[in-house]
Amino acid sequence: MNLNSAFTQPMSAPAAAPTVENAPVQQHALWLPALRFSLVGLVFCGAVYSGGVTLLNQLLFPAQSNGSLIQATDGKVLGSVLVAQPFSAERYFHGRPSAVNSDPMNTAGSNLAPSNPVLRERVAADSARLAALYQVNPESLPLDLLASSGSGVDPHISPAAAQLQVERVAKARGCATTTVTALVAQQTQAPQWGVLGEPRVAVLPLNLSLDQACPVQAP
Amino acid sequence: MDVILILLAAGLLSWPLGRYMTAVFAGAPHWSDKVFAGPERLMLRLFGVDGRAGMNWRQYGLAFVAANLLLGIIAYVLLLCQHLLPLNPDNVGPLSWDLALHTAVSFLTNTNQQHYSGQLQLSFFSQSVVLVTLQFLTPAMGLALALAVLRGMTGGLNSATAKAGEPRNLGNFYQDSLRAFTRVLLPLSVVLALLLGSQGVPSNYQAATEAVLLEAPQSAEQAQIQRIPQGPVAAMVAIKQLGTNGGGWYGPNSTNPLENPTPLSNALQTIALVLVPMAMLWMMGGMLSRTASVNAAAASQAGLTPHTGLTPRAGQGFARMSFAVMAVLSLCFVAAAVYSEMQPNAAFAGLGASGGNLEGKEVRFGTDLSALWSTLTTQTSNGSVNAMHDSLNPLAGLISRAGMLINAIWGGIGCGLINFIVYIWLSVFIAGLMIGRTPEMFGRKLEKTELSWLGLLLVLPSAVILILTAITLSVPEWTANSNPGLHGISQVFYEYTSAFANNGSGFEGLGDNTPWWNLSTVLALLLGRYLPLLIPLIIAGRLAQKPVTPPGAASLPLQSLTFGVTVVVVILLLNFLSFLPSMVLGPIGEALVDLR
Repeated sequence: MNLNSAFTQPMSAPAAAPTVENAPVQQHALWLPALRFSLVGLVFCGAVYSGGVTLLNQLLFPAQSNGSLIQATDGKVLGSVLVAQPFSAERYFHGRPSAVNSDPMNTAGSNLAPSNPVLRERVAADSARLAALYQVNPESLPLDLLASSGSGVDPHISPAAAQLQVERVAKARGCATTTVTALVAQQTQAPQWGVLGEPRVAVLPLNLSLDQACPVQAP
Repeated sequence: MDVILILLAAGLLSWPLGRYMTAVFAGAPHWSDKVFAGPERLMLRLFGVDGRAGMNWRQYGLAFVAANLLLGIIAYVLLLCQHLLPLNPDNVGPLSWDLALHTAVSFLTNTNQQHYSGQLQLSFFSQSVVLVTLQFLTPAMGLALALAVLRGMTGGLNSATAKAGEPRNLGNFYQDSLRAFTRVLLPLSVVLALLLGSQGVPSNYQAATEAVLLEAPQSAEQAQIQRIPQGPVAAMVAIKQLGTNGGGWYGPNSTNPLENPTPLSNALQTIALVLVPMAMLWMMGGMLSRTASVNAAAASQAGLTPHTGLTPRAGQGFARMSFAVMAVLSLCFVAAAVYSEMQPNAAFAGLGASGGNLEGKEVRFGTDLSALWSTLTTQTSNGSVNAMHDSLNPLAGLISRAGMLINAIWGGIGCGLINFIVYIWLSVFIAGLMIGRTPEMFGRKLEKTELSWLGLLLVLPSAVILILTAITLSVPEWTANSNPGLHGISQVFYEYTSAFANNGSGFEGLGDNTPWWNLSTVLALLLGRYLPLLIPLIIAGRLAQKPVTPPGAASLPLQSLTFGVTVVVVILLLNFLSFLPSMVLGPIGEALVDLR
């Protein structure tokens, strides 16, 4: 009796070809199929899938597929929209603390637990430094300027963290605060589709646009 | 808000996928044959396998073991030789033998625990060929094993016709694995890889790009350029998420903006974490109800009254009960973790504005989406991360460990469902004791031998995890943890839990690339993968041969609310009893210290 046809077709239908459901249990070779299964899998997943998908992405989304690079007019690579660079000069906006000095080849978080005294010491030192630099109460410092990012190359800061730095950057560049504020607004991204994620400011594009709009001679 | 939307989307998408998977694995003609039947025939011919030939549980299990053994050996050799192979534009060197062994076993067991750092230590060949292959084939084989267990529990595919003592057909291992690959994982991965590509995940075979730093470093010793790592990343990230694998291209996984660039890519990757494990439950419902109909039709054709412990309604009801149990546990855990990360990090008290714990998290995701991910990734045996678990607040750290210890809330593809069925058997046994009945499921009795196997499964996690943790903690030179005190204990406990649960996430501060760590976690990985998959197959194979008792008044309806609550209690109680002391030494102790 054919169970397969019993379920999918009228009872009177002629018996279909044998399927896995009605074949008898029989002897099986053990090692050769396992070996061939592994090798075929390697070729298919490694070459056909990985290669095919990479090729398709190159055709459909060339800019994104090559690392979202920012290039100067002469083709020189200035960085990637997705990767933070280290900034400490007065004239630039600063990104988040990084456990790896924003090196994308060596990405990592601090991996310090909330109970770890090393974390407490680091945050206390940063908090005191930033409170003195911006002349504000430590309890108004945006947390993302104190907490190190998970990847070590988080390209964004919160809008509050950008706001805090506007005056310092404007002064260092001898540039109107309103110009800097306008550039910050330009580089601020709302949550995607209005709901997903958090509002954020991309630091490297912001600093690049500052150099364009309000250039200074490097000291 | 976005947390709810993401969960809702995953739940809604899992239903049609589950229906599709039911049809695909039923073997009946299906519209997808037009696309896939030809290539599958070709591949089966390349394997040298007749896909229609049925296997009993022994043959099925042996085929699984043989395929894993050979795949593991090939992967190990290829990883060891990576510096001699092509596709290595960044010229990375060879791996040490113990790191290569750990990496091969870790990916072979669908764990993807990483003791290496992606962009620094592995070539493009190792990642996009060796690891991607394991990321596809291991969940496919896991799914196949779940199919075999489900078929065994209902008497095998030939249950309506087999005579007493005749071997039961649990399907063909290669046919099942192949279909899981071609018709489920592959199409989903292609779509996801393209969506991720559009968001900025790199897809190329170039060496790292050099960029001149905008602000030149003060001292001349510091690098003046930044090297941005490239590679065929999108292809790997897609299957890493969909196949409950978790091993990412870059070091800190989906925390890295190149691997997870936008909130949209994050949402897609979060949905992909739970999509297939959720759909497995709907597939189970479809399969059980289909088996019940087939048996009833066969019986009525033979002029007999169908006597089976299973009706189509009961099959669907059982799947709905299972989904509800997992959903309730999952949502409670998510809510607790989101709440936990909204609380300030204890180290920041008085030093900054009030707000959640941002240490180790990314601005574009914030605390909510990071907490959601950390919960789902530990429930599903995936283990990818979008925030650093070492820096989570203690409650969320506890939640993530609880998800791994239970290992059956959604769970890994195949193994999650199998682990859940083990919990069902245990619940049936305990409930049976309470009402004074022989435990049975779908009319088949669980007897002494089956219960002995279940007992072994019950003590296995605590034996492996706790013994290895104790040994490692007793030798300080082996421990290599980066945090002092109670959190240092947590780091070691987390690493072995993650290995045994085949999860792969980590408290990453641990200096875990040492021969001791590599070899001891290999042991936990192997025990945690193969015993919890093969022992249930043995039990299911034994159940398949048993005569069916018609349901009576005293039978336990598995689809009832009462039984659902029993299952929740059994799951929580068993894990509570096994692991409460280690939780007190870890996250609970940390939380108390923070309060003080």
